[in-house]
Amino acid sequence: MLNYIWAFMILLGIIVAAFTGKMGEVTNTAIASSAEGVEVCFRLLGVLAFWMGIMKIAEKSGLINLLTLKIRPILRFLFPDIPDGHDAQKYIATNIIANVLGLGWGATPPGLLAMKALQELNLKKDEASNTMCMFLIVNISSVQLISVNIIAYRAQYGSRNPSEVIGPSILATTISTIVAIIFGKLMERRNKA
Amino acid sequence: MKWILYISDFMIPLIVSGVIIYGLLKGINIFDVFIEGAKESVKVILTIMPTLIGLMMAVGIIRASGSLNMFELLLKPISNLITFPVELIPLIVLRTISSSASLGLVLDLFKQYGPDSFIGRLVSVMMGCTETIFYTMSVYFMSVGIKKTRYTLAGALIANLAGIIASFYITLFIFGK
Repeated sequence: MLNYIWAFMILLGIIVAAFTGKMGEVTNTAIASSAEGVEVCFRLLGVLAFWMGIMKIAEKSGLINLLTLKIRPILRFLFPDIPDGHDAQKYIATNIIANVLGLGWGATPPGLLAMKALQELNLKKDEASNTMCMFLIVNISSVQLISVNIIAYRAQYGSRNPSEVIGPSILATTISTIVAIIFGKLMERRNKA
Repeated sequence: MKWILYISDFMIPLIVSGVIIYGLLKGINIFDVFIEGAKESVKVILTIMPTLIGLMMAVGIIRASGSLNMFELLLKPISNLITFPVELIPLIVLRTISSSASLGLVLDLFKQYGPDSFIGRLVSVMMGCTETIFYTMSVYFMSVGIKKTRYTLAGALIANLAGIIASFYITLFIFGK
């Protein structure tokens, strides 16, 4: 997919530039943007090192495990079909906590393990269960406390207060997740009746 | 609504101090562990960097050619009706497919309008509550061989739309145009 998007952007840009007479600019921008990519990554490296270091402390001290236990009651409400103490519960908890803390790259492995565990509970093997639908909808709506990447990019491009968007982001993502949960619950009820 | 900005200021310091105090109480070598985690970020960056360079180059080309501006002009009448900035429409579409490609557009918008403009702030808020729907669904469902995804896509799209609308009004109320 990315192959086509990438080719589309470059080729469309070059073809349009041929008509708008901006070929020189296209060449210069291509070179300048590549260099800019490196700069952005260096800025991101600093913030990411800071955040991943702190999160490593949270992991090693057992804080993340504690949090995954604490959200059990929420999981019981969201996924009533998972037997209490089942592996799926543990993986989903880890996935959700990773998303909440903005550790996007750490959320996928437990997420895939959760799918595997849910598939064991699933009766129709080629069809998504209610639990799977709910899990993915909630996962995609992603409640997030901190998006460190966005803060780093804002800083890179000269924001006066890069972190000012944290509060508004939390509010917006909470709303989208509540909508996701309501939708999932309504569909679940409709499918039971 | 100003209290929300206090959350912005306090969130990271609160999490950081909470984690450090908890680590101290548990008696682990917090600084060594910090270094260990920080080291892993280098690996993450090294995998991101080539992708990001490739995509920033592509977005740079399409921006320099004037195609994005033409597209925006085309959509302007619609956006005047709903007061939503058209500049974000390519981003919203691309966001559902690929997170790295959409990141290229985000950085481009920061560069064009500045991170502290209405568009810059709206993008920042929006990115936190929208996800790569099609990508995530295909990876998760394919990993266990599920073909019928039932109402997952509908739910994800509705949640996404709710997130976009919420971001728009929240940014408008808190920061103004």
